[in-house]
Amino acid sequence: MFAFVIRRALQAIGVLLAVGIISFAMFRFAGDPVNQIVSLDTPAAEREQVRRSLGLDDPVPVQFARYLAQAAQGEFGVSYQFRQPVSDLLAERMPATLELALCATLFATGFGVLMGVFSGLKRDSIMAKVFQTISLVGISLPTFLIGILLIYLFAVTLGWLPSYGRGDTVRIGWWSTGLVTTSGLKALILPSITLGLFQMTLIMRIVRAEMLEVLRTDYIKFARARGLSTRAIHFGHALKNTLVPVITIVGLQFGSVIAFAIITETVFQWPGMGLLFVQAVQNVDIPIMAAYLMLVALIFVVINLAVDILYTVVDPRLRTSIRQPV
Amino acid sequence: MVQPILSVRDLRVEFVTRRGILKAIDGISFDIGKGEVLGVVGESGAGKSVTGSAVIGLIDPPGRIAGGEILLSGMRIDNLPPDEMRKVRGKRIGMIFQDPLTSLNPLYRVSEQLIETIRTHTNMSASAARRRAIDLLAEVGIPAPDKRIDSYPHEFSGGMRQRVVIALALCGEPELIIADEPTTALDVSVQAQIIALLKRLGREHGTAIMLVTHDMGVIAETADRVAVMYAGRIAEIGPVRDVVQNPLHPYAKGLMGAIPSLEGDSERLVQIPGSMPRLSAIPPGCPFNPRCPYVFDRCRVDRPEPIQHSEHRVACHLYDQSSVGSEAVA
Repeated sequence: MFAFVIRRALQAIGVLLAVGIISFAMFRFAGDPVNQIVSLDTPAAEREQVRRSLGLDDPVPVQFARYLAQAAQGEFGVSYQFRQPVSDLLAERMPATLELALCATLFATGFGVLMGVFSGLKRDSIMAKVFQTISLVGISLPTFLIGILLIYLFAVTLGWLPSYGRGDTVRIGWWSTGLVTTSGLKALILPSITLGLFQMTLIMRIVRAEMLEVLRTDYIKFARARGLSTRAIHFGHALKNTLVPVITIVGLQFGSVIAFAIITETVFQWPGMGLLFVQAVQNVDIPIMAAYLMLVALIFVVINLAVDILYTVVDPRLRTSIRQPV
Repeated sequence: MVQPILSVRDLRVEFVTRRGILKAIDGISFDIGKGEVLGVVGESGAGKSVTGSAVIGLIDPPGRIAGGEILLSGMRIDNLPPDEMRKVRGKRIGMIFQDPLTSLNPLYRVSEQLIETIRTHTNMSASAARRRAIDLLAEVGIPAPDKRIDSYPHEFSGGMRQRVVIALALCGEPELIIADEPTTALDVSVQAQIIALLKRLGREHGTAIMLVTHDMGVIAETADRVAVMYAGRIAEIGPVRDVVQNPLHPYAKGLMGAIPSLEGDSERLVQIPGSMPRLSAIPPGCPFNPRCPYVFDRCRVDRPEPIQHSEHRVACHLYDQSSVGSEAVA
């Protein structure tokens, strides 16, 4: 098990190195970074000085090594537009994005599994067909449209929920949370639904398909032949067997939820990392873009690792195969 | 007469499909007494497994019991409400399936599956159920059961897993065990052990066993009586020695002729020409008539009803002394 985690961690470092190269290369794609720092009428001598002071006259591999070393310590340079360290900007915005992503994932998983189990068990019922229709809508409508429709319905027409922002937040240490205030929670509802709807439909469809598959297996037949109660069979024996693919999807999708929060955050003016990134793109603020790229990569890699470890918790067969690699 | 453990009377099972109703089981009757092993043989699709599923009340839709009665120790069980039938399953009737590799839930320890089953049917405490589970594993011949009980199914070999499956079927001390091809997926040497185990259980507990298989060798070794099924009907039923050595029904004759004997390697094995009809195309009269070497006119018109002939019951016009009894049943 330990060797397995180490092996996976090494792979993760490889992935992060590759992403580091790409994000470092961005600084070069967008032209001379010095031009973006100094103003148009800065004399050449001063430009050289800036260049030297930032270490931009060193050979490229040296600069890359320095970039990585700093990134490893959480230093991603200074934002061009805000003139603040990128790490501070991200740290300030991260709680908003993570809270949103977490709520969206909880919503998606909770409702997705429930609806999936229901429509797997009673696939001919009217409710199951309604769920199938909802899932079709969730999969085919683009996120921004769903967001706008929800705003129109619940914020503009009914006036129940706020249409933008996080509401009141409370600072706990460096973490600002909207989970403890009523207005913060209310503000979370619409963006969470918007962000989680696609994932919910995905999870629902997977759980339904897995449920149908598992209910046909011999061990379910044998469980019924042993006279176990329907509840024990459906929710003990069958549901647990559908969980492995669900964990994969929830885990991998959590990464995408954070990454795709960009759109939802823009629609709802949610003060998270995604909105910061969109602004950075508009202003060619490369340090922010590069840092965001690295961060998203890191999140994906960590989640993948966590998912791999979770598999072994659910499925005992994997525990043995991991202990004795084939 | 002693009351049989299982008594099936004129059982009919139908599958409703878009192309009409298929008769998977068409009026079969048999009894199994206490401690008796009834072998049920036949080709794939003859209705052996469906009979087993019908008895335990687990026919998957679109299948349904269309007629007849199933009695367990004199109590009718084919029309019980689902919840009552659930209490019969596992408690009074145990079932063993073909493939031990897929019969056990891979995500639960053997102990969890055994204890869950025991506690479903008794009100034992968890620790008492665990002791009982260890006893059951010991009974089916799993070495060091107190250590092995917390293993996962994939940590057992195929033969050991089938023993676990049998232990699970025994949890409720059933009067009847339906074993549906219990040895088909196992090695020959392991097959013999499992068969010996089943026989011992039947002997020691007086459990009636319905052994569904297409392996005549297994039947000859294990069963007391044998029912030969063909196209959803019982062609012949009788004591196993008689049926194997002196089969009456032409189909049973063909089936027995297809067993290679160890002596006399020169003789060619008999082959039954043709194949069993599909359920949608069962010929009128005797379903075996297109393949039967002794076929005569009546076979193509009248359906033969089982006739008592010495110790056998055989559904064949060849053994019908009276030429009159020709009330045709569709």
